[in-house]
Amino acid sequence: MRLDTLDKSLLNILQDELPLVSQPFEELGKRLGISEEDVISRVKRLLEEGVIRRIGPIIDIKKLGGVSTLVAMSVPSERINGTAAIINEYPEVTHNYLRSHRYNVWFVISARSKERLEEILAEIKKLGYETIDLPATKMFKIRVKFDMK
Amino acid sequence: MDDMDVKLLKFTQDGIPLIPRPFAEIAKSLGILEEEVTTRLKKLRDTGIIHRFGASIAHRKVGIVANAMCVWAVPSKRVDEVGRIIASFDEVTHCYERLRSGKWRYNVFAMVHGHDKEECKVIAERIAEATGIYDYEMLFSERELKKVGLRIE
Repeated sequence: MRLDTLDKSLLNILQDELPLVSQPFEELGKRLGISEEDVISRVKRLLEEGVIRRIGPIIDIKKLGGVSTLVAMSVPSERINGTAAIINEYPEVTHNYLRSHRYNVWFVISARSKERLEEILAEIKKLGYETIDLPATKMFKIRVKFDMK
Repeated sequence: MDDMDVKLLKFTQDGIPLIPRPFAEIAKSLGILEEEVTTRLKKLRDTGIIHRFGASIAHRKVGIVANAMCVWAVPSKRVDEVGRIIASFDEVTHCYERLRSGKWRYNVFAMVHGHDKEECKVIAERIAEATGIYDYEMLFSERELKKVGLRIE
């Protein structure tokens, strides 16, 4: 879809934060020099077009005592869709990508406890494909933001 | 975090209403004051439980169509230094050290984003030059099989 300059400026701000004030869209409008109604209608349109998935909290599961890991799996091409469907059924699986590699299915599991994570891993390993568990040992960067130019 | 914080996270995690006073609406549903909602959310953000309160964007829809997971085999004693160099690249959104395993010798993972595959390859080459680590692979994403925000239950 086509984004005009104001859409891009709005997305750049919204990727960082929605102001936590009584009238957040009015506040954004002030910064952009447009009305509150204009901000709301633009956000609604961006949401309908699927550019914005949602506006809300990005929760850090580690701060809530949760654990996560990255899993790589080697799945024959004809079994990818069926296997992905099984894996994706877990609400704890938040991201899953097909990648060009011998290990082709890559997904992230974020669970409320280590026990739950191990339980999911054990179930997934029963699918019988070669699986590698790659928990993070150190985080250098997490920044899901792109400058819209 | 108390019960009301949990309720608030659950109530907002799928997205807030797009109306002039979204927090007043949420407050009404939870039976608290609007100001309490914003105060609690700010506190959750300041303590890091909320990593960010904002928009999640579908990058593919705005032309950022290529992403590669780049994996680097970095000697353990150089991991901190190399991780910091990789993280300093604007095109890198995530960078982690991960546990090496017998089947997988790469220990530093970085997500590189670009407008196309070629752009991603050029970025990875620049990272190799900057770090001196030429032992790497790029795993391009062919298809998004699932992407949802983390939810609490």
